[in-house]
Amino acid sequence: MGSLGQLMLMRLRVLWRQPEVLFWTFVFPVATTLVLGLAFRNSALEPVRVAVADGPEAPALLARLQGVPELEARTLDVTEARRQLARGRVSLVLLPGSPNPEALVDPSQPEGRTARLLVSQALAATPDMPRLEAVKATPVSEPGNRYVDFLIPGLLGMSLMSSSLWALALPLVAMRGGKLLKRLAGTPMSRAHFFLAFLLARTVFAALEVAFFCAFARWLFDVPMFGNYLALLGVGLLGAMCFASLALLVSIRARSEESVGGLVNLVSMPMMFLSGVFFASENFPGWMQPFIRVLPLTALNDSLRSIMLEGTSVLTLGAPLAVLAVWTILPMVATLRWFRWV
Amino acid sequence: MTPPDELAIEVKGLVKRFGDVVAVDGIDLEIRRGECMGLLGPNGAGKTTTVEILEGLQEPTSGHVRLLGLDWKKDATKLRQRIGLTLQETRLVDQLTVEETVRMFASFYPRSLPIEELIGMVQLGEKRQARVGKLSGGQRQRLALALGLAGDPDLLFLDEPTTGLDPQSRRALWDVVAELKSRGRTVVLTTHYMDEAEVLCDRLVIIDRGRVMSRGTPQDIVASLGVEQVIELEAEPALDLERLRPLPAVVSAQRHADRVTLRVKELHVALPSVLREVEEAGGRLRHLSTRRPTLDDVFIGLTGRSLREGAEEKAA
Repeated sequence: MGSLGQLMLMRLRVLWRQPEVLFWTFVFPVATTLVLGLAFRNSALEPVRVAVADGPEAPALLARLQGVPELEARTLDVTEARRQLARGRVSLVLLPGSPNPEALVDPSQPEGRTARLLVSQALAATPDMPRLEAVKATPVSEPGNRYVDFLIPGLLGMSLMSSSLWALALPLVAMRGGKLLKRLAGTPMSRAHFFLAFLLARTVFAALEVAFFCAFARWLFDVPMFGNYLALLGVGLLGAMCFASLALLVSIRARSEESVGGLVNLVSMPMMFLSGVFFASENFPGWMQPFIRVLPLTALNDSLRSIMLEGTSVLTLGAPLAVLAVWTILPMVATLRWFRWV
Repeated sequence: MTPPDELAIEVKGLVKRFGDVVAVDGIDLEIRRGECMGLLGPNGAGKTTTVEILEGLQEPTSGHVRLLGLDWKKDATKLRQRIGLTLQETRLVDQLTVEETVRMFASFYPRSLPIEELIGMVQLGEKRQARVGKLSGGQRQRLALALGLAGDPDLLFLDEPTTGLDPQSRRALWDVVAELKSRGRTVVLTTHYMDEAEVLCDRLVIIDRGRVMSRGTPQDIVASLGVEQVIELEAEPALDLERLRPLPAVVSAQRHADRVTLRVKELHVALPSVLREVEEAGGRLRHLSTRRPTLDDVFIGLTGRSLREGAEEKAA
């Protein structure tokens, strides 16, 4: 077997023989998804909580509000009511007054608007003119458009990113600190083979990661797959290669694991928020969008998400795949040029 | 003058600066094919820097280096195929076994020795399936030597190969070097140990502060000291060095703690006058011994410092 094969075997053996690596690769993403899936599970909407400040007219107002099923109203002392509004425990405080009661809402609280509409509707209604249920509402929580469906492809992308970065950057820097890189530089080993072995061994694990993600998303969360599994795997592997290549780049100079850890965080943290893992990147202002579009994690997440949830063909994903390819090749070239062996 | 084609290594005017620090300050070397050359010197003398420049791991600031008639600038790949090396300390991959590690290194060379033979040469046959992380320090150093030999090198560099080794591993390593020499391979080693240098090396270069202090065979170097015997003595009260130095046949006098070391030409001339000096000072002799000078005496004579001081600091 040639040197590329031997170097790949070295990487695979190191990964297999370290149980903690397997733990971080497989247990961590499931745990994250479980926790986030529970926190953001789609259930029937909770009623909006409002408070009526204590006073002579309070019981009458309370009675009218209690007629609305979407509202949960109770009477509180004025000071206490204001305190609960400030804490977000109630969305609206109704101060009895004549001729009309006054509503206090917190403008930063999204439920406040709903509460005001519901309360004014309840107060406007009279016994002889009952509240109109003008529009019949049907709750939508089909697989494919729940939060967990949005989350799973993003988490897969994030997981491929962080395992690629950490699984390459740490051992490379440790090899530099332990002078193994210097020792290898004294052999006729092909340096391109060395880096390629890291990338290829990484894709073997990334393939397991993608398969594992698909399996638990399907069985634990009933996340549908509208696209092609092979396309998803291919895009996942390209993403893993891309971040593995970035991991080579962050390790070109660093001597200590602490300093490379800082660099890995510097690379991955912004993308974790900007690139649509937990919420859509469209939430950021328009002037940031061109920048966000060219981030490798955005390209990976958008591709994974559209294959999984929209059944997009890989052929129409040219732009994001090109972004990934560029982020794979440029760091690789820079690494071959500037990597510090001694 | 040795014809150039018989030279394994030819170095002229080698200089290496790190910022303001001059690590190597104009070294010339000529190492013949098939010989074992020892570089001696205390820590920080510039041995490792010199060797790493020869190994192609560092670039010289200036100077001319040729190995096996080749140049690092033009023939780096060819040279890497023909040299082998061990570094002072290499942390190999703990999760791999001995055999897997040797196999990986062997795969880098176009003509490598068989895995079995390499493992056998350093007597790690029983540890073949052991993980590198579980090996003792001596076993790791032997493994490092096997990796240095993987490409069946014409030229082998060993940087302090036996520092911190148990006596058994040291012997095993010496045997391998002797075997290589018998097969006409060239070996360059750095060491702190005088006995190692005297046993293994055909010729020595003593380096201090980046310069060559002395060179030649171990015997020549010791002879160049102009000293036939060394007297070591302890007396109460302590002897005055200034009174010992002018005595007949005494070349140099030094004190280390209570012990006085005198390097002398004719023992039969020096000893009586030294004893008389002790008696006249009204002292009592607590220790007296004589021995033949060693390389360490040469080193102290050249630099005023012991070679071993460096090694002991390192071990501490």
